[in-house]
Amino acid sequence: MQAVEKPDRGGAEVRLGSPGELREKLRSLVPPPLAPAVAAAVNAAIAAWRDEPGGLLPLLHAVQDALGYVPPEALPAIAKAMGLSRAEVHGVVSYYHHFRDAPSAPHRLELCRAEACQAMGADALLAHAERRLGCGLHGRSADGRVALEPVYCLGLCSTAPSALLDGQPQGRVTPERLDALLAQTLGAKGAAAGHAAPGRPRQVAIPSGDRPMYASDEGQT
Amino acid sequence: MSVVIYVPRDAAALAVGADAVAAAIEREAAARGVAVTLKRNGSRGMLWLEPLVEVETAAGRVAYGPVRAEDVAALFDAGLAAGAGAHALHLGPTDALPWLARQQRLTFARVGITDPLSLDDYRAHGGGAGLARALALAPAEIVQQVLDSGLRGRGGAAFPTGIKWRTVHDAPAAQKYIVCNADEGDSGSFSDRMVMEGDPFMLIEGMVIAGLATGATRGYVYVRSEYPHAIAALEAAIATAREAGWLGPDIGGSGRAFELAVRKGAGSYVCGEETALLESLEGRRGIVRAKPPLPALEGLFGEPTVVNNVITLAAVPLILARGAAFYAGYGQGRSRGTLPIQLAGNIRRGGLIELAFGVTLRELLFDWGGGSASGRPIKAVQVGGPLGAYVPESQWDLPLDYEAYAGVGAVLGHGGIVVHDDRADMARLARYAMEFCALESCGKCTPCRIGSTRGVEVIDRLRGAADAGARGKQEALLRDLCATMVDGSLCAMGGMTPFPVLSALDHYPNDFGLSA
Repeated sequence: MQAVEKPDRGGAEVRLGSPGELREKLRSLVPPPLAPAVAAAVNAAIAAWRDEPGGLLPLLHAVQDALGYVPPEALPAIAKAMGLSRAEVHGVVSYYHHFRDAPSAPHRLELCRAEACQAMGADALLAHAERRLGCGLHGRSADGRVALEPVYCLGLCSTAPSALLDGQPQGRVTPERLDALLAQTLGAKGAAAGHAAPGRPRQVAIPSGDRPMYASDEGQT
Repeated sequence: MSVVIYVPRDAAALAVGADAVAAAIEREAAARGVAVTLKRNGSRGMLWLEPLVEVETAAGRVAYGPVRAEDVAALFDAGLAAGAGAHALHLGPTDALPWLARQQRLTFARVGITDPLSLDDYRAHGGGAGLARALALAPAEIVQQVLDSGLRGRGGAAFPTGIKWRTVHDAPAAQKYIVCNADEGDSGSFSDRMVMEGDPFMLIEGMVIAGLATGATRGYVYVRSEYPHAIAALEAAIATAREAGWLGPDIGGSGRAFELAVRKGAGSYVCGEETALLESLEGRRGIVRAKPPLPALEGLFGEPTVVNNVITLAAVPLILARGAAFYAGYGQGRSRGTLPIQLAGNIRRGGLIELAFGVTLRELLFDWGGGSASGRPIKAVQVGGPLGAYVPESQWDLPLDYEAYAGVGAVLGHGGIVVHDDRADMARLARYAMEFCALESCGKCTPCRIGSTRGVEVIDRLRGAADAGARGKQEALLRDLCATMVDGSLCAMGGMTPFPVLSALDHYPNDFGLSA
């Protein structure tokens, strides 16, 4: 093996500090204990799924169902219990669109972006939702109460366009109906007295506008 | 005497207010002193009529739809409880509605008719006969029945189910698995969801039979997380089936075992690919595996595994109950049996249409569908999900048949049909196909991982090109890229994303600024 030259540190002396200071530094590297609610949810999920073959996904679902997200600080405990590396667990959490590593907004509006809904005006509905909430996809409404997310097919393709509002399926969602649903969900303060009930199927007007498919497309050529 | 009224619990009905309608019916009935028994059935599949309310009468069920909660009082005034026809929403006897009467419902025979969670109801409508027959047969005889029926995988690949089962049957192993692929991610597809929500015992019965046939004693249903109602229905049905001895260590007193569990996906489209699904079931990222080894030999946890789609497994109880010849009597050529077709997007009368193979797209779009919902001309029809080709009008008279579609570079896939009217910009839809692939690619192979992103860029340049020369260059580049993806991708995600792109380019060149 070749000798490796030590990098030149510019002559500055490296001060290690006193034993007491060193202990302090080392202690700061140890992650703080999990918050009690997080620890309870994670331990329950581990107990339920540790011995199940391929149990990592159901375990992560259990954590997210309990807490609303999968806290990054919980990954070491999950990895240890499942006999995996932290990288492997992080890989799974970050691979799947469903898992979140931070809490969501109190309310979630998920708009279907897939073809059947596009054919029934999903682009116009998204544009309306973005205006109404003051944010783009993956964003949060100006008041922070609603997360706007895309979803790719809810299997409600003959009653399009479709959405999930706080997990509840909604079909034939016109911009007016979306406003009424949001008003109903957020409290109707100042909102127009819209009717949140779905309409009957009818001929829909789909603007043919030049608006790009996604907000993120804006500015691309 | 109590009047029986049905209001569907199918997610598509819930999405358009079925719960509110059910509550209004109970309220109105109580206020009027009418004794009503409310039953929550699956959907009949006439989704443009949802919420579809049915009333049981001496002459059979009478339908009303689409009903809104505020219609309910007027419906009672008009004699709803007697199935009377004095209201504009009165449709007449459900079974006589031509949209339904002209179908050939084998797999969907019970969906919308029974209470999905009642095993007694399931049995009363013929459920369980396939399992009873299977328990009386040797495993190889069950496999032979499925082979003889001509059943092919309904998930899209159309591989002969009997051959897959025989491979697993013949593979020696202490533990084998049955995996049901219920990761129905294709836009325009919802037949798996309707079966799981509307007749979950049929899927359970099909999986138990698959276990008996192959010697597998454990099964998993991998359901996408976007289907919470299907997951809930399946879990309830599995618990009931276990109590009834249809699952567990001693199925129907035969001494043979089969256990079944539901696993929830986590929002990854590519997990509908069978090897990615197996990776996900094993608790990893849904990364596609190279084949061989085939999952039938080295599948879940490395053991021999049957991976079948929901509709494939759901067809099995009937094949056993009525015999292979009965099922094979439907269809044409090498496409035997029926296909549950899902008509969606911009269509007036969308829903679930089960028919023998051989119907044409034109019949579906106009006889069943009634044309576009917008009333405008239909421009393009995507058959077989986001990886399926856009089928132009010149091909609407082809029979729906695996080989006929393959012959024109199209696919039937899972039987989902998405209709677009004349305002659809096919270049944008082609771009979306590439964008969706970039979003959902598992990243294992380069043509899919990189090709999809380059595809979006090339289509953007093609759409923005200043002159015919620049457009021609970009078109050549796009075609070359598509060829690389088709030939070089590991699975259908990258290998078929070019289908919608190239079909859009070939049949709608004007949308790309190219001359025809």
